[in-house]
Amino acid sequence: MSDYLIQQIVNGLSLGSLYALVAIGFSLIYGVIRLVNFAHGDLLMIGAFMTFGLVASDVVPWAAIPLLVLAGGFAAGGLIERIAFRSISGAPMITGFIVTLSASIAIQNLALIFLGSQPRNFNFPEVFRMRLPLGGADVALIDLVIPVVTLLCALGLTAFIRKTRVGIAIRAVAENPFAAQLMGISIGRLVFLVFGLGGALAALAGLFWAGKYGQINPLMGFLPGLKAFLATIIGGVGSLPGAIVGGYILGFSEIAFVGFLPPEYSGYRDAFVFGLLILILLVRPQGLFGEAEQERA
Amino acid sequence: MLRVEGLHVNRGRTKVLQGIDFAVETGEIATLIGANGAGKTTTLMTLSGLLPISSGHVTLQTPDGSFDIGATSPVDLVRAGIVHAPEGRQIFGRLSIEENLQLGAFLANDKARVARAVADVYERFPILGERRTMPAGNLSGGEQMMLAIGRALVAEPKLLLLDEPSLGLAPQITEEIFDFLEKLNREQGVTMLIVEQNAMLALELANRAFVIENGRIVLQGTGDELLDDPAVFEAYLGVG
Repeated sequence: MSDYLIQQIVNGLSLGSLYALVAIGFSLIYGVIRLVNFAHGDLLMIGAFMTFGLVASDVVPWAAIPLLVLAGGFAAGGLIERIAFRSISGAPMITGFIVTLSASIAIQNLALIFLGSQPRNFNFPEVFRMRLPLGGADVALIDLVIPVVTLLCALGLTAFIRKTRVGIAIRAVAENPFAAQLMGISIGRLVFLVFGLGGALAALAGLFWAGKYGQINPLMGFLPGLKAFLATIIGGVGSLPGAIVGGYILGFSEIAFVGFLPPEYSGYRDAFVFGLLILILLVRPQGLFGEAEQERA
Repeated sequence: MLRVEGLHVNRGRTKVLQGIDFAVETGEIATLIGANGAGKTTTLMTLSGLLPISSGHVTLQTPDGSFDIGATSPVDLVRAGIVHAPEGRQIFGRLSIEENLQLGAFLANDKARVARAVADVYERFPILGERRTMPAGNLSGGEQMMLAIGRALVAEPKLLLLDEPSLGLAPQITEEIFDFLEKLNREQGVTMLIVEQNAMLALELANRAFVIENGRIVLQGTGDELLDDPAVFEAYLGVG
């Protein structure tokens, strides 16, 4: 394999992982309450700024930063549920879309007011910016760390949902909230948990995003959020493996369009990526792992 | 066990329950019969804390204490021992049979006790045990009903609410289910409130019966009394 190809594969894995981390939250929330949370992408921005603040203030040890970002993302995701979603519970779904879209705009504008519109440069300390030789290519350490951590998160979350009592309850609420309530399951608490879990993973993606691209700004969550949402659609909304696979398809195709198209076309990579999405949906309207829409009890 | 006094419940703008009174004593099987839309399911949903009470009082009395149902959350009502097997069974079709039963004991902390209760369900319904890892949606209607009852039993109900247990089942299966309920009541003393459109079956099983019409209780008595009542016969039994 040429070192160029290796480099592109690593780039695809890394970018795909970031989309997957955000997509998991979209899919979890949609799976449980049939709501697309448009504010979800902004949690990536929140995670990036938390990382920036923690690194800059230099008050906590390095190892604690990812844990604090995960916890902060959980709290931020849960807060969106409490403030934006719970207040409209029982309202038609369209209300949910509008409320989460408003929440997204509110979060972005609050960030613009308090953090400023100027992009900030961000760098992990030297040791995290190491580059490694890999089959002749020279790849950034972080591009290897991102897929490994994503894989661990995906496995952990899958085990949680498959095996634990609360995980079984999450699947029960997703299938039949009414019957789940009769089991003594508090739907409100589970929905909070799901928003929190999604928020934690999106914030972690924000930490990685900041470290990988070295620049953060209050609107940085929008486009990755939109693309992660597309990833969940490609994979089949509500399906966890679908969200992950969809994330990688998106990441790889974006890298491939940039890496292998003639340079004069690479500026149009998003057009190619979205075109691919349309093709996939023409063949499988329910997404790769989705089930055809069925009546819900 | 359960005392319902002057209960009014609205759903949307419709006044579904218009002041009903009835009581269920510990250890008995009570039944609420009546036509479609009379308010039977609404009554059970209210007892589970899922619908707000407009006026009236509902009190659950158990050895653990007394609960005002209007002021208790659905979760706490399950904890207090009101367990509701809803209309149409509502099992979790994508989850395995084992997971469905585990969910019945969602609030239980004693793992050993839950394991015993699940094993007990498998003993009563061996078909469920043989297929415990299969998705529950693959079961036949009768088997799903067994699972719905098993799931409710794992919760250790003090008062078991059953909404239309005969719905959509072949007569022979229905009979088996009702035999099982009778045995459960006789051997374990589980108190039950059964809502049924199949009035004949319900009255044969029940110690105490209430006829509900347009949101009001219009008749009550023992199961046998109502079976012999010509008005009941004409209204509810003649057709079946």
